[in-house]
Amino acid sequence: MSEEDAFRAEVREWLEANCPAEMREPVRDEGDVCWGGRNWVFKNDAQKQWLEACAGKGYTVPDWPKAYGGAGLTPEQTKIFKQEMKRIHARSPLDSFGIWMLGPALLQFGTEEQKVQYLNPIARGEIRWCQGYSEPGSGSDLVSLQTFGEDKGDHWVVNGSKIWTSYADKADWIFCLVRTDKANKYQGITFMLFDMASKGVTTKPILLISGNSPFCETFFDDVEVPKTQFIGEINRGWDVAKYLLGHEREMISGGGAGGDMVSIGGAFAKAFGKNAAGELDDPILRAEMAAFDVDVFAYRAMGERFMDMWKTGRAHPASSNMMKYVGTELNKRRHELVMSGGGSEALEWDSEETNGGARARGWLRTKANSIEGGTSEVMLNVIAKRILDLPGA
Amino acid sequence: MPLYHNDDQAMLKDSVAPFVAEQAPVSHLRSLRDSADATGFSRDLWAQFTEMGLPGMLVPEAHGGLGMGHMEAGIVLEEIGRNLTPSPFLSTGVGAVAALAKAGGTQAGRWLPAIAGGEAIVALAIDEGAKHRPDRIATTATRAGNGFRLDGKKSFVLHGHVADMSIVAAKTDGGLTLFAVPRDAKGLTADPRRLVDSSLASHVTLDGVEVDADAVIGEIDAGGDILDALLAATRTGAAAEMVGVGQGAMDRTVAYLKERKQFGRLIGEFQGLQHRAAHLYGEMEVARATVMKAQQLLDEGSEGAKLMVSVAKAKAGRAANLAVREGVQMHGGIGMTDEYDIGLYMKRDRALAEYMGDVHYHIDQVARMNGY
Ligand SMILES: Cc1cc2nc3c(=O)[nH]c(=O)nc-3n(C[C@H](O)[C@H](O)[C@H](O)COP(=O)(O)OP(=O)(O)OC[C@H]3O[C@@H](n4cnc5c(N)ncnc54)[C@H](O)[C@@H]3O)c2cc1C
Ligand SMILES: Cc1cc2nc3c(=O)[nH]c(=O)nc-3n(C[C@H](O)[C@H](O)[C@H](O)COP(=O)(O)OP(=O)(O)OC[C@H]3O[C@@H](n4cnc5c(N)ncnc54)[C@H](O)[C@@H]3O)c2cc1C
Repeated sequence: MSEEDAFRAEVREWLEANCPAEMREPVRDEGDVCWGGRNWVFKNDAQKQWLEACAGKGYTVPDWPKAYGGAGLTPEQTKIFKQEMKRIHARSPLDSFGIWMLGPALLQFGTEEQKVQYLNPIARGEIRWCQGYSEPGSGSDLVSLQTFGEDKGDHWVVNGSKIWTSYADKADWIFCLVRTDKANKYQGITFMLFDMASKGVTTKPILLISGNSPFCETFFDDVEVPKTQFIGEINRGWDVAKYLLGHEREMISGGGAGGDMVSIGGAFAKAFGKNAAGELDDPILRAEMAAFDVDVFAYRAMGERFMDMWKTGRAHPASSNMMKYVGTELNKRRHELVMSGGGSEALEWDSEETNGGARARGWLRTKANSIEGGTSEVMLNVIAKRILDLPGA
Repeated sequence: MPLYHNDDQAMLKDSVAPFVAEQAPVSHLRSLRDSADATGFSRDLWAQFTEMGLPGMLVPEAHGGLGMGHMEAGIVLEEIGRNLTPSPFLSTGVGAVAALAKAGGTQAGRWLPAIAGGEAIVALAIDEGAKHRPDRIATTATRAGNGFRLDGKKSFVLHGHVADMSIVAAKTDGGLTLFAVPRDAKGLTADPRRLVDSSLASHVTLDGVEVDADAVIGEIDAGGDILDALLAATRTGAAAEMVGVGQGAMDRTVAYLKERKQFGRLIGEFQGLQHRAAHLYGEMEVARATVMKAQQLLDEGSEGAKLMVSVAKAKAGRAANLAVREGVQMHGGIGMTDEYDIGLYMKRDRALAEYMGDVHYHIDQVARMNGY
């Protein structure tokens, strides 16, 4: 047996022994997603067990070093681990901005002390993080941000406000971009970390078109942040911020491949029947769904190639922008088809049968995919400039 | 297996890319076209291909080839696509080899070494109408003497008029059978037509063509699997060539955006064009990954290969078509001229898109394979 096969067998055996049956069911709604954190209430024992088993083995962050709570897997082993998770339809043990965004930035820019201090609780799901980037006047033009940290020797006093802060009301800590030098646009921003329970931090939920309020306005009123709690260098937070955005895009773009659903057309054929020829009953919708399925299978191949290249340093640094653009546009198309396929049933907003209008709410939620983490237009700008090297601006 | 070229494959690319670009750039196609060359490709160039071992890349080592995979053949095809090089590589070195190697037996022993040695050009006589419908083959093979008698009409047979042998798919009593029909077989006529991309494809007539029993490739009535192998290889190869065509068109277009000025600015500064170019880049990258995935699955002999082959032909078809359409449009008036190469890319894309199943055919296949 090759080393790879041996590792696959080992993972398979471990998953068989440790992944509870309830955690091999598709995610039905937000409640099925485990975010962890100080105040997390597990939905059931299986969710708790699954997180603890994975955290104990380093499998919440399989490719992080063991010293920081990971399993220290190589890129090839990580790929095998993910394939095996997928094979049994295992749910993610932990969804976390700490894992997706802050962790990679800490691994790249953090001091040894910071890595040990912050990464381990992230890996175990003990601290839930939120992201304080956007401000009311700074969305696509993020670098124009105004929230200011005044230098008080051993600490900063931060004032200002952030907007669209996902889960700010549920998060324990925030990673936050704060201007620390007003004279310098790019080199005047510091990447800070602080406890959301700090004095002077308040949040106010914002209601979305989906009827949910997953995010907030966040206000900072004389918040004291110790000078030990920044990443990278003072005034050079933009480097950290950009690096982190690359990982955020990678995460958001994953939606395009669409979880467990192998073929959207196949699923709908079951749901609303086939004609005598064994084909989906509506030829035009069939054609659209099949064209979509082609794009999804193709995008999955791209996802695999991107990951293989990214993890071994072969990918163009801006290629995560391309993945984000293609993946999010694809995910929006998926949900348009889900709504078409669902017909009038998919319109129901709060009935029990539709799990509280999950489809309609999900459809509306995906419209943010091409906005959050940088809009599609901004992605195209970046590709044009950084990859195609087109002139101007 | 990671989904990028390993060191050996990267080395292969490093030797093939400059070779094709120097020996057979777009001007090579132009000169063949302008002299109304009756062969449709350059025998000299094919001899150079042979010196590099390319026709025998997929031929098993036991038959004198290099025993490489579809991933490697794809590297050559992409460069052929990028340079619009007229070549029998796809039909002979990829499609025919896949069928013969799968079948084994007498015909494999006879033709595989000849292909690897650059001595044999093989044509694929599959299609019978204007559209690719391999499930509706009507050509018949009836038992006669100690062999078969073939009757029917084939179309879109690339290199059919110069091929040393044609692989003919025909109906037999109990199924489908593939035959190796030599060029000089009595009753076989090939009527070459010049296509939009200036390649030559024949209408082939089989009028009571008599072949021996050992002309059967593989076994009688059991040609379905061999045809599948031929189709999978040729479709994947055509997809790889289309990625080359699309990439070549896109590279020219992006270069043009950086040199053409209007309204006192480089047109590449206009966001309207930037966004379209960036969108095209994404589509091309996805298509490339998909084709590589299909090649990888074929090389692994995986069950998922068939689905991914259709996905690749469809996706590469869409992406390359976008590349050539945007290419002509973004070149403005000059893109409509014969003097500029971009129009030649549009023509080659059209022909490759049609070959072995167009985008719609393969999208439909994907739906069927997924049960709807
Ligand atoms: C669901 C959701 C969750 C989010 N979560 C977070 C979070 O946790 N933390 C956080 O910090 N932020 C978060 N965001 C904010 C998100 O990053 C911003 O919404 C995004 O960066 C866009 O900024 P904006 O909304 O100000 O739009 P604007 O920048 O005002 O853009 C408006 C429109 O103009 C276009 N546009 C702007 N500039 C250009 C240009 N140069 N060229 C072409 N078109 C342009 C945009 O593409 C867009 O279509 C979230 C957003 C959403 C929707
Ligand atoms: C078949 C044919 C017949 C013609 N007949 C005539 C005729 O009889 N008489 C005559 O005078 N002319 C004629 N023309 C010329 C025609 O009017 C020009 O080709 C046309 O105006 C475009 O100019 P161009 O070719 O220089 O392209 P360019 O202006 O160089 O444009 C190149 C590309 O850049 C784009 N572009 C340019 N500026 C911008 C911008 N600001 N924002 C976004 N995109 C931009 C264009 O849309 C195009 O895609 C003919 C052209 C053709 C192809």
